[in-house]
Amino acid sequence: MKKPSPGWLLALLLTVCFTLATLFVPRAAWWNGVPRAADWNKSQSQSDNVFKLLLGEGRRLFGIEMFVMADSYFHSGYYPSVFDQQETEKDVAAPAYGKTGDSDSTSDDFLGPPPDWIAALDRQFVPNRHTHLDSGGPLGHMKSSEVQEILPWLKLATDMNPQYIKAYRVGGYWLRRLHKLAEARDFLFEGLHNNPGNIELLFDLGWLYEKDFQDTDRARNVWMAGLRCWGGAQSANDQSNPEAQLAYEETAMNLADLEQDQGNWPQAIKYLEMVKKVSPNPDTVQKQIDEVEKKVTTGK
Amino acid sequence: MNTIRALTGVVIKELYRRKDFYVLFVLTAVITVAAGSMRFFQDPNIVRYMKDLCMLLIWVSALLITIATAARQIPAERESRTIFPLLAKPVTRGQVILGKFFGCWLASGIVLVVFYVFFAIVTGSREQYWPVADYFQALVLQWIMLGIVTAMTLLGSIVFAAPSSTVTILFIVVAGILFLGRHLNTVALHNAEPLRGLIYTIYFIIPHLELFDVRERLVNDWGLVSWLDCGLAALYAAAYTGLFLLLTWLAFRRKSLT
Repeated sequence: MKKPSPGWLLALLLTVCFTLATLFVPRAAWWNGVPRAADWNKSQSQSDNVFKLLLGEGRRLFGIEMFVMADSYFHSGYYPSVFDQQETEKDVAAPAYGKTGDSDSTSDDFLGPPPDWIAALDRQFVPNRHTHLDSGGPLGHMKSSEVQEILPWLKLATDMNPQYIKAYRVGGYWLRRLHKLAEARDFLFEGLHNNPGNIELLFDLGWLYEKDFQDTDRARNVWMAGLRCWGGAQSANDQSNPEAQLAYEETAMNLADLEQDQGNWPQAIKYLEMVKKVSPNPDTVQKQIDEVEKKVTTGK
Repeated sequence: MNTIRALTGVVIKELYRRKDFYVLFVLTAVITVAAGSMRFFQDPNIVRYMKDLCMLLIWVSALLITIATAARQIPAERESRTIFPLLAKPVTRGQVILGKFFGCWLASGIVLVVFYVFFAIVTGSREQYWPVADYFQALVLQWIMLGIVTAMTLLGSIVFAAPSSTVTILFIVVAGILFLGRHLNTVALHNAEPLRGLIYTIYFIIPHLELFDVRERLVNDWGLVSWLDCGLAALYAAAYTGLFLLLTWLAFRRKSLT
């Protein structure tokens, strides 16, 4: 077979470079600038098309893999393989869902004691301790801002599967923790663009407005939109989802608190009644309702 | 010794005359720089995904260059019939094997130095952090691993008919060991006898190339591996390299060259 000349090889290389550039430049432009609301539709459909073009609907399966990569980075590479016992709950997601610690984590010591000398030697060359990036990482002296390393994988997870609500919520949570408030808001907006009326994302967005932007009015509006959407047709699936139910409950509870702070007692009671319907502890909620009713009668 | 050194020099010269290295290096550089130019959430300090990608490309490129270089050494000498004048000189077949081995191994070492310098510059410029000792340790361990691969490939080039089949088979074997090697004992435990015994035997026989893969530690800033453990791994590698070279010599000693 005749050997290709260096000129041909160079031409081939330039073609590869050009192809990669056409693939990466639009994505780099999207990632480099915070998208304006007007651009979402356009840019999102473009990025959608890149993965759709390459992987079709199968790309959604990669969404979970990307999320697993984020969890693996969160553990600095100390992570069970397909041959080990898998994590039941992803530690990277736990704080975003209000869980602290990782008592139920299976990744603490998934390796167990080394069964032979090869395995014992091997463990000296791989990550071999359970650590989290937000608590110092493997060397124990990292800044908590190292958590930012998980963000590309969360972004890719949502690019691969735009209906992956958990990735938006976890991404939004860690962006807030890293004081990237505008980015957290835009990421949640992106999630809402792809999942209109999703109660979990609306709850997180309202929380962001209230706690971080100190914008109570906007938080109230977002949470009220969440409650309105809860009854809509698009949330039929949400109503059987425990995480969405919890978001609904917390949305109604937060609105009740806001109304109590402003002395709108009838509204507060209305929201508490909503909480009571879905709460696992309706008696506790009833007690709160009784207290509010007492305040109404005493006029305080 | 001079004979082996002369043969080694020829192999190294061959490396920089061929295009494999340049093509793979440019591809690695282009993909790494393209990945590094991406910004996620306006954060310029996110770097580990790029380190991960670059290290993967370095591993794949180094394996490709090493296997492709080692696989064609002896078949090319036979095909062009330059093996006859070579062996007509006071050069034994054992010296040919050793010369080819050291040549390929040193060539892969040179390749690794270039790749790691690029890696250090790209990642260091991005994160303003230069763990030179970590890079050096990763390079040395990978180079030791490539010694085993070189010896395995030389044996394959004597056993298999053509360099293309040697490259294909060796690449599959090496990738298989890297992906599955450390998990074979776990897989064995989930099987009944006699399959369990068979898998365990394979587990203890194969050279565990994955021992030398410290990418996860390097990317996630785990710090240095104890040099004592590195020494043990080096002894392990030396034993396998010696074994494969001995087998190569035994196979080549009685092999007809016509």
